[in-house]
Amino acid sequence: MSQTILTLSHLTKKFGPITAVNNVSFTIEKGNVYGILGPNGSGKSTTLGIVLNVVNKTSGDFDWFDGTETTHEALKKVGAIIERPNFYPYMTAEQNLQLVCKIKGVPEEKIEEKLELVGLLERRDSKFSTFSLGMKQRLAIASALLNDPEILILDEPTNGLDPQGIRQIRDLIKLIAQQGTTILLASHLLDEVEKVCSHVVILRKGESLYTGTVDGMVASHGFMILQGNDQHLLMETLENMNAFSSIKTEGDLLIAYLKQPLDAAALNRQLFEKGIVLSHLEKKKESLEDQFLQITKNN
Amino acid sequence: MFRLLQIELIKLRTSRVSKVLIVGYFGLLLCIALIAAIKFDIGLFKFHLADQGIFNFPYIWHFNTFVASWLKLFLAVIIVSMMSSEYSNKTLKQNLIDGLSKKEFILSKFLTVLLFSVVSVVFVFAVSLVLGLIYSDYDELGIIFSDLQYFIGYFVKLVGFFSFCLFLGILVKRSAFALGFLILWQVVEGITAGLLYWKAEAIAPMVTRFYPLNAMSNLIKEPGSRLGAVKSAANQLGEEFTKNYDVQTLDVIIVLAWTALFIYGSYAILKQRDL
Repeated sequence: MSQTILTLSHLTKKFGPITAVNNVSFTIEKGNVYGILGPNGSGKSTTLGIVLNVVNKTSGDFDWFDGTETTHEALKKVGAIIERPNFYPYMTAEQNLQLVCKIKGVPEEKIEEKLELVGLLERRDSKFSTFSLGMKQRLAIASALLNDPEILILDEPTNGLDPQGIRQIRDLIKLIAQQGTTILLASHLLDEVEKVCSHVVILRKGESLYTGTVDGMVASHGFMILQGNDQHLLMETLENMNAFSSIKTEGDLLIAYLKQPLDAAALNRQLFEKGIVLSHLEKKKESLEDQFLQITKNN
Repeated sequence: MFRLLQIELIKLRTSRVSKVLIVGYFGLLLCIALIAAIKFDIGLFKFHLADQGIFNFPYIWHFNTFVASWLKLFLAVIIVSMMSSEYSNKTLKQNLIDGLSKKEFILSKFLTVLLFSVVSVVFVFAVSLVLGLIYSDYDELGIIFSDLQYFIGYFVKLVGFFSFCLFLGILVKRSAFALGFLILWQVVEGITAGLLYWKAEAIAPMVTRFYPLNAMSNLIKEPGSRLGAVKSAANQLGEEFTKNYDVQTLDVIIVLAWTALFIYGSYAILKQRDL
């Protein structure tokens, strides 16, 4: 039985006439990596702000760890960074982390270990204001990990970083995910979510359109890209197989969309038995981007 | 509670501006002692301020707490800026995300206010005691430790004033505007008091007594006219002083009520605000 970390039920936030979050419900289970996807202004940050005690909800409810603790007590077991890294500019990296230790009520021994993890150990005595954005973001991750949190919440962690910085942060997230920490990652960058997340929540205009696994997002079995010695015969054979919903030609290649599960080897064997030799066979899944666009378009 | 104070102390200890202002504040408090050095020596006319009785026990308690309370503006700047910088650095938001509750946040600031006030009281007491022991004409224990009510007044005055600053810092979010607001408030109190005395003199003293800044300044009345030299000069001119210089219980209650209101107000504002 998996452990529930966070439950949102019918959460709504209105800013005057604007509904930023509309009746959003989802559950975060321990051990998974979640992505909250949505274009800018879809209510991702507001939703996170509510569960993190900085934005007041209008209606609905949320519970941390089955609702047995107050929000601020629960947050001591959570690591979170929202939007930009917020620290005291006049303090050094280490002093900032000491302060966070005091707030969270954890011993200061962890500071060195976490600074090492994010590669800032040699800059521990530098003032925060002297850090580059990438370093600030890494310090924020170190700070969020100080209490070895049950869940790490990241809101647009690679925003504004250069490619090198983006890579560093992503590698770090992957590393943390491998260690079994539950992660909730809000982003509008689909490939980012696709690379690290197992589950997604899709928001648009404050409403959640989909909640579930990445794989289950679209009930599609993928598609085949084929090229054979005789394209006409190939097309005809595929059409007669009854396994595809549609087949189209793109240049020299045929693209056939599956309507039932079929693996590439089995298809290859069947075609070979019918005298068709393939020079190109590739099975692909729709990218998260295709699926995302499809979901947001349909609704 | 100790944890909350520790959190604030880390914030203050590492900030150079705060350190400079705090050191400057206590340095200036120490400078009260320099009043003793005021000496005019012009031919036949010799004047040594320390000999005029201002350092006599228990008058010194009144005089020094009155002078020292002018310097509270220094600490007010720290308190306003320690609050507004939490907004501008967005560290308030981060503190809450890290697991501090809004109540704890306000409480940690209020504890700092109390700490500043206690330290200031102790410091002024120590400086005055030393000055008094050097210059006072009376040194019986009973006289030395009489009239300590001025320290109650001084403490309540500081706590009330700093709580007001804290409230303004939270309300306005920008330190310069918050201090501007403080000055504006003083002006508003002055103008409305003026109007009251002009239009409705009967109720004016009653009403203005409840003004926050006025109530704070009422706690310790100006000690100048109580001085022996001034008094005797006035007597010669036929003026009579019947002023009560004591710290009034009602004033203490009024200021404490304002303090409670400011702190609760700070919490209420923070609670309903989306950060």
